[in-house]
Amino acid sequence: MGTLDNAPLVDLGGRLPSLMKGLAAAVAGVTLAFSAAVSAAPATSEVNTTDLAVTDDTVTVGILHSVTGTMAISETGSVQAEKLAIEQINAMGGVLGRQIEYVQEDGASDWPTFAEKSRKLLLQDKVASVFGCWTSASRKAVLPVFEQYNGMLYYPTFYEGLEQSPNVIYTGQEATQQILAGIDWVVKEKGAKTFYLLGSDYIWPRTSNKIARKHIEKLGLKVVGEDYYPLGHTQFNSVINKFKLKKPDVIFASVVGGSNVAFYKQLNAAGIDMTKEKPLVLTISVTEDEILGIGGENIVGAYASMKYFQSLTNSNNVEFVKAFKKRWGDDIVIGDVTQAAYLGPWLWKAAVEKAGSFDVDKVRAASPDIELTTAPEGYVKVHPNHHLWSKTRIGNAKLDGQYEIVYETDELIEPNPFPEGYQ
Amino acid sequence: MFADYTTSELMSIFAMQGFSGLILFSVFVLMALGLAIIFGQMGVINMAHGEFMILGAYVTYLTSNVFSEYMPALFGGYFFVAMILAFIAAGALGMLVEWAMIRHLYHRPLDTLLATWGLSLILQQLYRTIFGAREVGVTLPDWLMGSVQITDIIEVPINGIFVMTLAVGISVLIAALMYRSRWGIQVRSVVQNRPMAGAVGINTARVDRLTFGLGCGIAGVAGSAFTMIGSTGPTSGQLYIVDTFLVVVFGGAASLLGTIASAFTISQAQSTMEFFLSGSMAKVLTLLFVVFILMLRPQGLFSLKVRR
Amino acid sequence: MSYANLRTLLPKNDILNFAVLALILVVVLPLSMDLFRLNLIGKYLTYSFVALGLVLCWGYGGILSLGQGVFFGLGGYAMAMFLKIEASSPENTAIQSTPGIPDFMDWNQLTELPWFWQPFHSLTFTVIAIIVIPSIFAYIIGVAMFKRRVGGVYFAIITQAVAAILTILIIGQQGYTGGVNGITDLRTLFGWDIRTNEAKYIFYFLCVFMLFLCLGVAQYVRKSKLGRLLVAMREMEDRVRFSGYDVANFKIFVFCLGSAFAAIGGAMFTLQVGFMSPTFVGIVPSIEMVIFCAVGGRLSIFGAVYGALLVNWAKSTFSESFPELWLFAMGALFIGVVMAFPDGLAGLYSKYGEPHVTRLLDRFTSSKSKTSGDSDLPPEMEAEGGNS
Repeated sequence: MGTLDNAPLVDLGGRLPSLMKGLAAAVAGVTLAFSAAVSAAPATSEVNTTDLAVTDDTVTVGILHSVTGTMAISETGSVQAEKLAIEQINAMGGVLGRQIEYVQEDGASDWPTFAEKSRKLLLQDKVASVFGCWTSASRKAVLPVFEQYNGMLYYPTFYEGLEQSPNVIYTGQEATQQILAGIDWVVKEKGAKTFYLLGSDYIWPRTSNKIARKHIEKLGLKVVGEDYYPLGHTQFNSVINKFKLKKPDVIFASVVGGSNVAFYKQLNAAGIDMTKEKPLVLTISVTEDEILGIGGENIVGAYASMKYFQSLTNSNNVEFVKAFKKRWGDDIVIGDVTQAAYLGPWLWKAAVEKAGSFDVDKVRAASPDIELTTAPEGYVKVHPNHHLWSKTRIGNAKLDGQYEIVYETDELIEPNPFPEGYQ
Repeated sequence: MFADYTTSELMSIFAMQGFSGLILFSVFVLMALGLAIIFGQMGVINMAHGEFMILGAYVTYLTSNVFSEYMPALFGGYFFVAMILAFIAAGALGMLVEWAMIRHLYHRPLDTLLATWGLSLILQQLYRTIFGAREVGVTLPDWLMGSVQITDIIEVPINGIFVMTLAVGISVLIAALMYRSRWGIQVRSVVQNRPMAGAVGINTARVDRLTFGLGCGIAGVAGSAFTMIGSTGPTSGQLYIVDTFLVVVFGGAASLLGTIASAFTISQAQSTMEFFLSGSMAKVLTLLFVVFILMLRPQGLFSLKVRR
Repeated sequence: MSYANLRTLLPKNDILNFAVLALILVVVLPLSMDLFRLNLIGKYLTYSFVALGLVLCWGYGGILSLGQGVFFGLGGYAMAMFLKIEASSPENTAIQSTPGIPDFMDWNQLTELPWFWQPFHSLTFTVIAIIVIPSIFAYIIGVAMFKRRVGGVYFAIITQAVAAILTILIIGQQGYTGGVNGITDLRTLFGWDIRTNEAKYIFYFLCVFMLFLCLGVAQYVRKSKLGRLLVAMREMEDRVRFSGYDVANFKIFVFCLGSAFAAIGGAMFTLQVGFMSPTFVGIVPSIEMVIFCAVGGRLSIFGAVYGALLVNWAKSTFSESFPELWLFAMGALFIGVVMAFPDGLAGLYSKYGEPHVTRLLDRFTSSKSKTSGDSDLPPEMEAEGGNS
């Protein structure tokens, strides 16, 4: 698999200056004597053999998202979810008897800054794990850093797949998990025969549409058009005319950012009534977060294929939504990625407890088959390829900006970042 | 690509595509008019133009909230109030900026570019602090939503008609102001010969301030109108800035007619190519086309004959 | 070159400036900082190449380009293409459907390396390409613009459009360019791991060395006849033209030179940061680079270096401690520099610092020359050289 062949990098942690190592050992020795007397938690020297920022009663992790710049819009929710999860874990007694402290860094929507800050988190702050990144570009930028210094990253966003790093746990869906079940559903339930694929012009929409096209063609159906607009494009009237000319049954949309708002407003204004289901809009990029900017009245009737919607009624989610609103305010909405970000600290806690250690190698070894029964989306499980088994759900957008769930897969969908036959 | 369609279907599609081009044209005109006044008449490059537009959009957002909270009965009419408030807010901020910053930089046009870029950063962060990093959703009154059905296929979005009417209205108003009013004469005389205009008793400092305020005010109105078709967030203004400058420069800086002609050319080129090509390529080709023409005709399409 | 010539090109003050900068970059910073911070400084220095080019174009030539990111990007991409080809050896990419091509090409169904990637197998070609390709590109833009006497604001906006075009192209053609993610995961240079600590030190010093090389060229241009012509053109272009000079050619030359500097900076950036992406090509980074130059002082080649270091250092520190306030500070810096200190740090120095330094320097050298007794420099030459 693409990036697993970097194994030799793992032992780089051993190259730390020997003076520091000695110092750390001395400190660890002193604290060891204390901790044995004070608490029942396992001794620091046992759970931390690689010089991470773990003391007798705290462990430090990193949060690395953009809080400034263009991506701040999207990443705010993830930061809030990660902080909430950490606070909840601390209230339950922490991890291995240690309270979690976090160092938050700003990636400033700038990829080298992400790389720079991840290097700081791993080298200076010696964090035990990092929750962060949102765009693929930021993840690609930090990936070599995490592999070189053997850190652990929990990455929340649904993304294009084609990647599998020993140093990343992908808590969002890879592309096939999001797309295939969604297309199967519109074909089966809505009798869709023709599709128009539209996306912003970058890697995620292009890869997603490629997978969608292969799948549609495998089903013997037809793609009548495929179009990409530059990021930040605000005029969609021409493509709307193409919809009217080609009359697709389904508009499969993966437009992102500010373009999203413009697209749905103009689609609605052009008299394409999404509640009439011809053409039907199936999106993989609009979560409840995005609807805030688009406005419920502009997208009502569209279908979204995600793994999580705020309106899920299972008891985990009811609790989660309540806690989230209590912590961050009543007006807040929770989208797919926010929930995936919330899973990060919990999955890490479970892996650490299974491993009985904060050491990254041991956490990694313990990660596959970690289960979480308390996830807001329901039951999830970590696949050996570091992605999550999860269900795919279809939501129908309502006027109030929430989705009504109209379908969910019976089984958990297996993550497959390198899907055979879809490349 | 067209083999499967009947002639009447094709005619309708072309009609609608032509209409899309006209909407794009109106959008460009609204974006560029304010800048054309500031850049063309005063030689100031206002990189914060997009942020003035977004100020108008946020004012619209606030107005809509106030109306739905306190006067739901009048909600249908809030948009007009919002546009007037947007004009006043953006215009007032513009005059403040002119007084505090721009008037010290009139002899250094490239420096106004940098200073206003700094201003745009400050405004962006200000919006983010006040309204949050997320985009806000502006609720439109019902009568602005949906479309008018003309034939089976031809449907015309109402907000498109509104934007077009607004673009035409503002252009006519500006033209009247510039070429028919006493104040317009003063502005043009200051542009052509500042010392002489001062010598005949025109208060040039005041004319400058009002001109800058007017340009920014129009940007505010444009931003207010764009809540119908685009996003309202701290960085949304950046989406418009390159297009806006190209329209103004392509048109020939000192000519309002040029700005309108250039908005028309660019919008038709872009909208036609978008229909036949992929969106990204259409954008690249449009920009290349504009750059190429500008290389052949650096003064833009229309320009004042000035002895250089 | 005679001694007198040398003194014109390198007056005493500038010797001091070179020495101080060398002391800071070669001795003080490497000794006082850990590798993490030093690597950051190295990254900031790559921007100072661009700022240096802008000093020549904008400060001396009066040509403001808002598209320097294009050249920075071209240089950076050329370097990244070479490293990516090496990183995508058939062994490393065995799991791909077509081993031996970069991973992003494989994902986009390319089955062989595109023709314009082929020459980047060779390091020699790459090194030449880093300088030559951006220069040719700048030459084309320059000829088209300056021969038609496009200047000032128009030039600025057209270069901005060029930056926008290139960004959209790079992002759109992801099979050939890596798209919005850029070219990432660069590993080795002739089998030598570029991610190790030693490599980081070596690249830092390589970057400093290249910077001094560029500073040397800039100093030569500045002090030669060409530099004076540029200033004359900036002040009164027509008079220079009427004196029989072809104004456009000088502008084209200095624009190409500035672009080549930017491209070298881009290549150094790729080496030190380990990837290249379209975010450095667009309009926003291009304008930021102008501000580095403005903060340092648009007339001072040394100011450019200090400006790039200072602004970026402030950016890192501010965004670490007050992420919310960073844009306010940056905006205020732009406005403040333009309105209050149009000549930037260098302007402040030459107003308040330099007179004292010059006096000290004169006292020191004159006492020394008395003892050695061989001052062959005519006094008027000295005055001319020291006053720029």
